[in-house]
Amino acid sequence: MDALSSDQPKPARAGARDQGVAGAALEAEQLACRRGELPLFEGAGFSLGAGELLLVRGRNGSGKTTLLRTLCGLSEPARGQVRWLGQDIRRMDERAQQRMLYIGHRDAVKDELTPLENLQIHQGLRGEGGALDAQLDALERAGLGGCEDIPARYLSQGQRRRTALARLLISPATLWILDEPLTALDQRAVAWLFERIAEHLQHGGLVVTTSHQSIDGLPEPRILDLD
Amino acid sequence: MMRPLWTLLQRDISLIVTRRQDVLTVVAFFVIVITLFPLAIGPEPEKLRTIAPGAVWVAAALASLISLDRLFADDWRDGTLEQLALAPQPLALTALAKVIAHWLSLGLPLVILSPALGYSLGLQGIELAVLAASLLLGTPILSLLGAVGAAMTLGVRGGGALMALLILPLYVPVLILGAGAVNEAMFAAPYQAHLSLLGALLAVALPLLPLAIAGALRITLD
Repeated sequence: MDALSSDQPKPARAGARDQGVAGAALEAEQLACRRGELPLFEGAGFSLGAGELLLVRGRNGSGKTTLLRTLCGLSEPARGQVRWLGQDIRRMDERAQQRMLYIGHRDAVKDELTPLENLQIHQGLRGEGGALDAQLDALERAGLGGCEDIPARYLSQGQRRRTALARLLISPATLWILDEPLTALDQRAVAWLFERIAEHLQHGGLVVTTSHQSIDGLPEPRILDLD
Repeated sequence: MMRPLWTLLQRDISLIVTRRQDVLTVVAFFVIVITLFPLAIGPEPEKLRTIAPGAVWVAAALASLISLDRLFADDWRDGTLEQLALAPQPLALTALAKVIAHWLSLGLPLVILSPALGYSLGLQGIELAVLAASLLLGTPILSLLGAVGAAMTLGVRGGGALMALLILPLYVPVLILGAGAVNEAMFAAPYQAHLSLLGALLAVALPLLPLAIAGALRITLD
């Protein structure tokens, strides 16, 4: 078990949408998680600052997904605490909640709706004002040009995944928590996603992710090993 | 804060309506259960008239129960529920919006149909109005109670049956007041007290039960 500590503060960046990111940090202290009665890991701790990428590693069943769900506040840790922007993750205000985006295994893409509708509703539910142009542009860049109007049930697994990932292009969130984002993606989509993550980090964003696949092409990550 | 809820309300209604068969199933179930009574009891008008309030109300309670089974199931399966829990607005309000959408698309049709069915069982005039009014006040309470059960049994195998066991006893007060109001009207007695009590129950359920639904959903997602 590696416990990471933040020792290299990053300079604040001046991108318009990243104002207030300086000092924005995701902190976890002495996290212990269990699934049912089965202890998964304990003593996990780190502090992630602006522009940093955290890669969570571990074999199947080591608790990567549980950790990610704990980090975004869906699961309650057995011990320890997670803080985002200085607030307890289970009790944060609207603003802090809006600055965090989680994309899990289940990608929240509705079969009955088209990619465009899926994106619009996702933005609507998070209270993000969405311009149609920006949404169409995001789908285009996510490689869904031409299928904006096809109900998601007719799309391939990879295209559904792209629909979910298109959220990254228009979300104002600074913290991305991505659980196995590469699943079902082809090589071009993987390259596109890596580029997008690198860009986000450059603008002072934070990314926490897991992957069983090679992550060559991503900026140097900090690693949290659960094994 | 209201806009996201409005989005959710619209989305849920349009999803339910595009799936059409959900609405049709519930409405058909409601009608069929009510038509079972004359078949089982016999066609004497006086007898049917006596059981009419109870028959319509029991059918409405059962229809509400089977329709609520899937209230959160689809959103839970595809991960939307996680996103709703992580959205900026409180989960209780989100849950309330979902229940309202559900009631508008699956509960309201029963209320609208009820006078016709009451008439077919021999209710008349003011009795039909009281029947519809009692359902109008009562079915939202059934929806809210059922939603608590749906949230608690999410992901449990055989969740539907378990939910019925958990929730049907809680339906009892609503059933008594609702059918009672129509009974009072049949004997030309004042029925307002029953309707007022139903209204009071709704006024209590509306702010409190969404909190219970949200709590149950958080436990399910944990």
